[in-house]
Order: sequence, then structure tokens, then C-alpha cells
Amino acid sequence: MGPIGEDQFLFLMQGLKWTVLLAIVGFIGGGIFGTLIALLRTSKNKVARTITAGYIGVVQGTPLLMQLFVVYYGVALLGIDVNAWIAVAVAFTLHASAFLGEIWRGSIEAVPKGQTEAANALGLHYVSRMKDVILPQALKISMPATIGFLVQLTKGTSLAAIVGFIELTRAGQIISNQTYRPLLVFGIVGAIYFIICWPLSYAGSRLEKRMAKAAR
Amino acid sequence: MLNSAKDQSKLISLEDVQKWYGTFHALKSISLSVRKGERIVLCGPSGSGKSTLIRCINALETIEEGKIVVEGHVLDGTTRSIDAVRREVGMVFQSFNLFPHITVLQNCTLAPMRVRGVSHADAERLARKYLERVRILDQADKYPAQLSGGQQQRVAIARALCMEPKVMLFDEPTSALDPEMVKEVLDTMIGLARDGMTMICVTHEMGFARQVADRVIFMDSGEIVEEAEPEVFFKSPEHQRTKTFLGEILAHH
Repeated sequence: MGPIGEDQFLFLMQGLKWTVLLAIVGFIGGGIFGTLIALLRTSKNKVARTITAGYIGVVQGTPLLMQLFVVYYGVALLGIDVNAWIAVAVAFTLHASAFLGEIWRGSIEAVPKGQTEAANALGLHYVSRMKDVILPQALKISMPATIGFLVQLTKGTSLAAIVGFIELTRAGQIISNQTYRPLLVFGIVGAIYFIICWPLSYAGSRLEKRMAKAAR
Repeated sequence: MLNSAKDQSKLISLEDVQKWYGTFHALKSISLSVRKGERIVLCGPSGSGKSTLIRCINALETIEEGKIVVEGHVLDGTTRSIDAVRREVGMVFQSFNLFPHITVLQNCTLAPMRVRGVSHADAERLARKYLERVRILDQADKYPAQLSGGQQQRVAIARALCMEPKVMLFDEPTSALDPEMVKEVLDTMIGLARDGMTMICVTHEMGFARQVADRVIFMDSGEIVEEAEPEVFFKSPEHQRTKTFLGEILAHH
């Protein structure tokens, strides 16, 4: 058994950096495309609604791991040489956009109909109606679920190891193989995940309670 | 009754309007014209189509047949005609429908800025003017949830007025209010009527109808059953359905 010293710890921190970056990229990419999907899902255009519903269905109905494989090898099949980083970022964006799109669709539909009617009666057009009236309220409604998904996404980044990406879990595996102290190493890795995810979960449940109180 | 409208020009006209919800015939051949400055009270049992009727006027509901013209703009389903009509028509809802995430002042400045392209400063000036008029300017920086129902409804009136509409539609504006708040909203509406605003009010407030209306229209089952000046309407209603309705509603007041 080898010792777990500063070098090993720094290596884990390198992995952590990629885990966090991956979660952030997935969340930002997913946020942008998820917004688009939520708007299309709630639009009047039936074709747009059907296509986005299909997309959400496929992504939600397949494992993230498989999505990673498909993007990683699929893009290579197209003859485009991508590094693991881009493939994984694309896969996480696709994954997150479907889930966030569905969460936000629900939130948009949860905004009382009277809000749309009041905006319409005032003559506000779609862009202003969404940007100034509906989306700010929908965002607030969606916060608990959005944060919950962000936690899932952060933990889900561990799957990126499968395509050779050295994020936190993979870094832990490497250290574990070097030191033969799997329990200690993965204990540390688990604690790091917890330190990132728990505050998020906590903030989410606080927010949920506050909103429940405000709604009363 | 206040002075009857001197300006006889037609502001709104509905010709043979038909509306269905699926197989339910919600509006049956409604014809109605409203002159400038006229104040109309629409009443009738629930489900009689009175709310549906005024919601058709600003295209919140679509109609299947007939013709609606507001200030010369024919509602033909195009965005352009809907925009033109909504610029002339303000609406106040039973449930206020204020935007809860922005302040009272921002509720009032949003549409003038976005729809009419008024500058921020001018929109605020406009908002303050109308908030003052509904006597709620001191609450301008609060959020809707911090106000009482009556105050919220007055803000909703100010918000509609900020678009400087030619006609105001009121959809049961006092029905969601606690009794002690009804008066402050009715007083605001009476003030508006005095200033010559053209109004169509769906309400069961018969005192308000007596005091303000030029015409009271009674609807039942999607039809206009009877219309008359308030004096005549309340003293000697013609139709049995009107008598029954008045009997029920006045028994409660």
C-alpha cells in the first residue's frame, strides 16, 4: 500500500477541476438549448412541439452512458476527429437540454394562465410576454427541480471516465490502483462529491420551503 | 344616471357574433354597439356568456362567426388587427392578474415601454399619473402580493389606463374581493365613468349599475335577453328570465 500524499491529492483536485468544468459546461449548454426546447414545447407550432417531445423522450428514455458512447463514437464515424473533451461536452449538453427543457416546460405551464391573458390584453407580443412576464416567474417555479437536476448532472459527470476522461472518479480510480487503498481513496472522492452537491441540495430545499411559504 | 353620451360615434360594434366551445354554443348571434363615452353594465347568471362576450372584444377569445369592429379596426384574426384593437382596449380581470415578480410601478410601465415604445422616464411619469388617479401612488414601489385585494385591483386599473385606451373592459372586477374592499374599486370605476371613459362592465353590483350605467344588458344562455336604461331595467324588466335573475340577485344585496 502506498501513501496518499500531496501528489495524490493534487491529482484528485485535477480530476475535480474537470468534474466541475464538465458540470458547468453541461449546465450552461443545457441551459441555452433547454430554454429553446422549453419554448418550442410550449409554442403553438405543432411540428416543433412534436419534434422536441420526441427528443426529450429519447434522451430521457436512454442511459446517459449510452448517450456518451453514441456521441463519442458517432462523431468519429462522421470522420470528424474530436477529443474526448468536446465529445463529452456535447453529450452532456444534449442530455441536460432535454431534462432542463422538460423541467422548464412544466414551469412555464405552471405560470397561471391569467398572466398570459393580462400580457395579451396589454398588447405585449410573444418576446416581451415571455421575457418580461412568463419566464421570470417560470424560472422561480423551476428552481428546486433545476437545482436537483444540477446535482444529478454533477454526479453524472463520473460517467465521462468511460471515454477516457480523467475527471474526479477516474482520478480516484487511478490513485486507488497506485496506492491499493480503494476504500480510503473512494471515501475521499465521495466526500468531495458530497461537499459540492450537498450545499446545492440544501439551497434547493431552502428555496422550496421559502416558496411554499410565499405561496400561502 | 350621469349625463348620457353626447358623442354618438360608434366605438365598438358586434354583428351577429357566434361562439362555440366544442358543441357548447357560448354566444348566440350577439349584436351590440357601443358609442363613445357610453357605460354599459353586462349582467346575467354565471355561464350566460357575459365574460366570454367582453373577452371576444379584445380577442382573448376567438369567434366562429360574425364581425367585431373596434374603433374602425375589424378583428379578422390577423396579428395586425388584434394589435390594433388591443391598443384601444384596456381590460381589468376578476383575479387582478398583476405581474407578481415586478413592482406596482413596473407593472404599469412595462406595456407602454414595450408596446408603445415610450421612454422609461415618460412611462414612469404616465404610471405615476394613473397610480395617483387610483389613489395608490404611495404603494408604487411595493410588490403586488404586499397589497390588499382592493389595492391590487386599483393597480390593475391603473396599469390598463397607462396604455391610454379608448375603452375599458371590466370582467367582474369586484367578485374576488372581500366586501370591505368592493367600494374602493367601485369608487375608482365611478371616477373613471365621470371622466367620460367608455366602459363595459360585467358585474353583479347593481348599485353601481344604477349609478353609472347608460344601459344595462341582461344575458342568459349566450343570448342578450334584454337591454334597457337602468331605471327601466330595474323597475320594469320585460322578460321573465330577467325578473327571476333580479329577484335572486337583489335578495342578496
